[in-house]
Order: sequence, then C-alpha cells, then structure tokens
Amino acid sequence: MQAVAEQSLPGALTRNQADSQAQSLAEQVQQAFINQQPLVISGGGSKGFYGRPLEGETLSLSDYQGIVSYEPSELVITARAGTPLHIIETVLAEQGQMLGFEPPHYAASATLGGTIACGLSGPRRAYSGAARDFVLGVTMINGKGEILRFGGQVMKNVAGYDVSRLMSGAQGTLGVLLEISLKVIPMPAHEETRVLSCSQQQMQTLLCDLGRQPLPVSATLFHNDRLYIRLSGTVAGVHSAAQIIGGDLLSADQFWLQAKEQQHPFFNSDQTCWRLSLPPAATAVPDDIAKQQLIEWGGAQRWLYSEADRCQIIQWAEANGGHATAVDRSKHGHTLFHPLSSALLPLSKRIKQSFDPAGILNAGRLYPDL
Amino acid sequence: MTLSTATQRDDLLNSLLPELGKLIPAQSIITAVEQLRAYECDAFTTMRQLPLLTVLPETIEQVQHVMRCCYRLDIPVVARGAGTGLTAGSMPVENGVLLGMSKFDQIHDIDLNNRTALIDPGVRNQSVSDAAAPYNLYFAPDPSSQLACSVGGNVAENAGGVHCLKYGLTVHNILELELVTIEGELITLGSAALDAAGYDLTAIMTGSEGLLGIIVKIRVKLLPIPASTRVMLAAFATIEDAGHAIAAVIGAGIIPAGLEMIDQTGIRAIEELMHAGYPVDAAAVIICELDGSAAEVEDELNNVISIFTGLNATDIQIANNAEESKRIWAARKAAFPALARLAPDNYIMDGTIPRRALAQVWKQINQLADQYQLQVVNVFHAGDGNMHPSILFDSSDDDQHRRAFELGTQILELCIEVGGTISGEHGIGLEKINQMCLQFSTAELQQFHALKQAFDAKQLLNPGKQIPTLARCAEFNAMHVHHGEMPFPHLERF
Repeated sequence: MQAVAEQSLPGALTRNQADSQAQSLAEQVQQAFINQQPLVISGGGSKGFYGRPLEGETLSLSDYQGIVSYEPSELVITARAGTPLHIIETVLAEQGQMLGFEPPHYAASATLGGTIACGLSGPRRAYSGAARDFVLGVTMINGKGEILRFGGQVMKNVAGYDVSRLMSGAQGTLGVLLEISLKVIPMPAHEETRVLSCSQQQMQTLLCDLGRQPLPVSATLFHNDRLYIRLSGTVAGVHSAAQIIGGDLLSADQFWLQAKEQQHPFFNSDQTCWRLSLPPAATAVPDDIAKQQLIEWGGAQRWLYSEADRCQIIQWAEANGGHATAVDRSKHGHTLFHPLSSALLPLSKRIKQSFDPAGILNAGRLYPDL
Repeated sequence: MTLSTATQRDDLLNSLLPELGKLIPAQSIITAVEQLRAYECDAFTTMRQLPLLTVLPETIEQVQHVMRCCYRLDIPVVARGAGTGLTAGSMPVENGVLLGMSKFDQIHDIDLNNRTALIDPGVRNQSVSDAAAPYNLYFAPDPSSQLACSVGGNVAENAGGVHCLKYGLTVHNILELELVTIEGELITLGSAALDAAGYDLTAIMTGSEGLLGIIVKIRVKLLPIPASTRVMLAAFATIEDAGHAIAAVIGAGIIPAGLEMIDQTGIRAIEELMHAGYPVDAAAVIICELDGSAAEVEDELNNVISIFTGLNATDIQIANNAEESKRIWAARKAAFPALARLAPDNYIMDGTIPRRALAQVWKQINQLADQYQLQVVNVFHAGDGNMHPSILFDSSDDDQHRRAFELGTQILELCIEVGGTISGEHGIGLEKINQMCLQFSTAELQQFHALKQAFDAKQLLNPGKQIPTLARCAEFNAMHVHHGEMPFPHLERF
C-alpha cells in the first residue's frame, strides 16, 4: 500500500527526488568505504556538543526532508532524517498528537535524524518512554554504503534483530539514518503542574509513594527545595490526581519547555554540567560531589555542577547503579561518556565493526574506538 | 538413527560429558533418549529434534561452565525456557546441547522504591505480577501463555500480549539483563537506571531468540495496578464497521489498555467452549478495555460507547464488575483451545499490519482460504495491528498439510505487501524462517549475520534459527509461490 500522505511541506522532497538523493548519499558512503575516508554525519547541527570531536568529510542529511506518511489513527509517522523536528511536531499537533518522548531541540535547526541518533528524551521520559521506545523502524545506510530497512511501520515487529532501536543513541556510529518511523501518542486533553515545597529527602519519599499509585504524572522537576509535578490526562483524571498530590497550581506555562530545552536558570553556567542517570530512588549525591542540583525523571536524571575529580563522580554513579556523562553545551564535541566495562567495550567494538567495517561513520564520537 | 550418526553422537558425548561433569552434577544432565523426548520440541510440535543431551544448570557459574565446554568443543547450544514458544525457536539442534533454564526460578528482589523486580529467567510471567500484587504493582507484558511461559523466553521473543498498545512489549518493560556469552563470559546490559552508557544492547538482545547469548538474570519494570478497569464487548455486522470503529477510537485520542477483534468463526468456537455470552451472529466483535483512575476511565468509557454506537455497533455489553470483565477476557484468551476443537491441527500466523489495511487484508485472507479450500479463523490484536489468522487443517492429510503451509506463506506475504511484518510477537524460530527471505533483502540478511558474528563468531548459539542463510533464501525464492503462481508454472511439482 502506498503511504497515506506525502506531505507537501516547505523543503519536502518528492518520492523521486528522495530516492535519487538517498542513492547519492549511499554512493558517497560507498566511496568513503573504499577510500577509508572518515565521514561526519550532519543534520541541523543542533547537537554538535553531544559527543567527542570528529574529523572527516561532511555527509549532510539536512536536505533529505519530508514526511513520508502519517495516518493519525495508526499512531505512526514516517519521515526523512533531515526533516526539522519542529515541522514534525507541528504536523502532529494539528492532529492532536505528539512525540511521546518530548525530545529537546536545543536549536530551531534540530532534525528528526539527529534527535533519534542522539537518543535524547525530555521531561516525559520516565513516564511514557525514551526515544528508543518509540522507534518502530528505520531505513539506513550502513558503513559499506548499503541501504537497509529494519523494523517497519507497525507497533509489533519481531522479525529479525531489533536493529532500529539500536540506532537510537548510537549517534550515527552504526549507520546513517535516512528514514524513521515512530509511534506517536495523543496529546493529553488537559495538563496542570503542582508545586510543593520540600527537601530532597521528602521529594524522594513522596515520589516513591506516588509512583506506586496509578496517577497521570507526566514529568517531575526538583530544584532549590521545590518539587514540580506535571499531570497530563483527562480533565477529571488530572483534577482527581491534583487533589491527591496537593501543593499549589503553577501558572508559568513555559516551565516545561524551558526544562526540556535546558533554558532553566540552573543551566546558565560556563561550567561543565554532569548528567547522572541513576535508579530513581538512588541515594542523594553527596555534598562533596555537588551542592547544586536539578533533578528530573522522578530522581532518575540528576544534573549537577561539581568541583570533584572526574573519577570520583564516575565511580559514585557506578556504585549507585547508574552512569555519569559530562556535558558542555557551549563547546563543540565536548561530551564525555561514562567508560564502558571491560566486557562491554570489546563487544561494542565488534558490533561497530559489523555495521561499519572500515570505521568511517562518526568514528570516535561515542568512544575513541567506536 | 544411522550407525554413523550414532557413532558421532557417542564421540561427542564421550568428549563433552567428562568436561561438563567437572562442575555440573550428574542429576542435572539428561542423556537418556526417553527423557530427552520431553525437550525435542516447543509448542510448535510439528518440528522435532532430539538434542545430544539436556543440561539443567542451577547457577550462573554452571551456565558459564556449559558455555565454555561447548565453545571449546564447537558444540551448538540451544536455550529453552518453559517451551511454550510457537515457532520451534527452542527446538534442539542435532548433536547440540539443550540448555534448560527451568531451575532459574527465583524472584531475587522486588524494589518498591524503584518499582523493579530482579528475577531469574525461568520465573513464570504470571508469578512476577503475583509477587508484586501485594504492593499494588504488576509486570505489564501478558502473553496468553502467561501462566506457563517464562520471562527469559519473553525476553528472547520480545513477547507481547493483549495490552501492548498502551503498555508496550517486553522490550519496553525491562531495564537490565545479565548475559552469559558463548565464551562463558558474564556481561551486564542496560542498568537499574533508565539508560546505560554505550549502545542499547538490551534492545538488540530482546527478541534475539537465543542467537546472541544466554540470559541469566532480568531486571523488569513494575507498574502500578490501575485503580479502575472497565471492559466492554461490541458487536458489528461487518468487518469494515469494526475496522472503522477501531480507527475512530484511536483517532479520538483514546489509548485503550486492550483492543481485540474476533471474527464470526472465532466467536462461535469460543462461545461453544466458554459460554461467555459472545454474540454468535455478529461478523466481528471488539473487546475494549480501558484503565486508569476511576475518573479517567468513566470519561473514556462514555466516549467509546458513543463512538461504537455512532458506527453501527449492533450490540454493546459492558462488564459491570471484575467477574464479568474476567469472563470476557477468559473467553478471548481461550481462543486457541477453542479453535483446537474445530480441526485436528491449527497453524497460527502472527503477521502485523497497519490497521488501515485491516478490512482489505481480512477480505483477501478469506479469498485465499477459499482458494486453498481451508478454513481460516481471525483473532486480532486490533490495537496494535497484530493478526493471528489460524489455519485449520488435518496434518494426517499430506495435501491439506501442504496447502496449510502454502496458505500461511501467502498470508504473511500479504502482511509484508501492505507494509507490515511476518511476526508481531511469536518470533521466527524455524517455523517462519523462509518468510524472512520475503521480508528482507540479501544485504539486510547479511547485516543480521554480521551482527550475530559480533556476539557468536563460531555460530554455536541456536544455529539455523531466526535468520536464514542466503543459500536457504535462494532455494526458497526459487520455489516460492507468488500469488498462487509458481515460477515456471508449466513444470510439474510435488
């Protein structure tokens, strides 16, 4: 069956244009494979800070745009990697739908491909899932320049290994994303945010308690002894949950947008910001590591500035069941990921090699040898 | 068994048994043929193979030891959970070890604050929810076999169930896996946090059907039990009406916890077995389950009723209590036992299609069924597009058997054509391995093989399953019937 609607949006390619552009991208990769020429995959350039610095010829996906199909009653959208994220979100919003992982843009130029390749998720992550959870299928170019399709446009698909989800967060080191199919969700009929004053200890106790109740919580943020809880659902559902949670109603409607885009004043700093990904109920980060923190995802994502030694932070995160990433958004190629275990690193290298035998795709962006 | 294969088997046993015996107690190793019969197939009983031997390890160290021995001696290993798989995924390979994980049956920890459970792979799916229930938590994936199937098997197959549209598949409900590699190394994938550093290897392991490693521990997510659940059953006079009703519910922004559809033959078979009050004259029924807070569910229930009524529902039954809800669901989950009464054999398909193609595919399946002179019953996870057409046949009749499998291939091909897939939740195993040749190109299959190579360079883990060799596809494609037309139709076959 043909795609339901080939969207005629500014910048969108026709099917024929897209096919020939995909072909020419694949040929560029084939050539680079033969010449062992490293390639730097680029989209809108909004997430250049995320990862290690890269060298090589640019492989630009920014013209490879367009929504290939979107049928609201299927809850599935398929679009080309270079499609601006804001266009996807606008088209979905017109039908009362949204991306369930509420991805950060970090700049107006953000593309769908970069969003999925980086695998970054916003405030909703702990409650409705991460970018990878919504990926249903991809068309990609591997490191040999072959165009491959994995997954599909359906919710359930167990034919073959789940390669499309593996692409989320792989940052282009395993393949060049061409087309992505995502599950989408309905926008909630109603939303409101409750604000409570509490200590970090109280916040954790409260969120653990709320987490065991079926409440329509869709985001939390804790900073400076204030806990913000967003509720999303039917009007009646949100109101009854608000009564259980209490606190005051927050009127600032840009609050979650700012949180998602890291425009909260907490992020106004030249210092390297650490992201600790932890089990939500993990113990509080000790004072000798950080005093200033912003905590999201019910405790599972903690941002902090620290004077402590890098090894100390990494070891503490690991000892508490998580991992640590050092992010500096002000500089290009300035993110340090948590070191991989001695068992995981060789396996990851072999996986990289299976997709990209010549090691030419975004080589070294995640780790020196990946 | 011929003399030469018997000798080969004895040689292998002579080299493997003393090695295994160094760490595995004798009572955990089964070599007697009559006892090995219990392991010769999974729930796809048409295909059987005796293993060289079966090992039932009790500790991770023992699993590592088995893997090291087999790796050294180049002996294949097939892992098995509860044996409820439907695609011969855990059928042994000749002269290979069958690694039964049934003794890994402990729930190690239920972490209330993080809402996770750390469990062994042999733990039954239902047991996880039972153990979490006192804390008002449960494990969401609920395949129909949940009373018997193991969570290790759920991970290997990326099992679904009737609540996937809202709560996801197994891959969405696990956080961390401990894996023993073919070399006997123990690796942790994922973490107790929401993400882990490096590649998302829990995603690639989930649904890998035992081809990449042996899962020895699983950290699953637990969800709060919804405060309120309402179930309704709506009858429709045509498949098209039912299809429109489903699209309208989703289009209205409602994500039901469950959304199932059954055709008339299915309704009648179920009703005869279960007496659940299903309307036997309807062309199709939809079962819709809504859950959430009482306030939310009430809002949505009224919405769905008015959608169904507006779209020509001929009858709507709303369960008024847990007892009535259970009756509706128990009947749906008994669909396969009910079908088993209609014919000696039942070949269950598992294709997934975009919902918009439902009416078209349904009609074409019925046309194909007529063409092959076989009866097909449709049970459909309508919410997520996963179809389970069941082909009724009698395997003692060779011609019927052949027609059933050809019809199955045609149905799966139809699923691919409309943008779907050959398997939504049952997996590929050996049963659907040929149809993989229809869904994937040579380059894609080669990529799968390369990825497998990264985990298992010697090709010892569940060899011959899930990903067909290129030679196999060449042979299959040459013989493949496309829309009832054989290549070179003038040649006689069979």
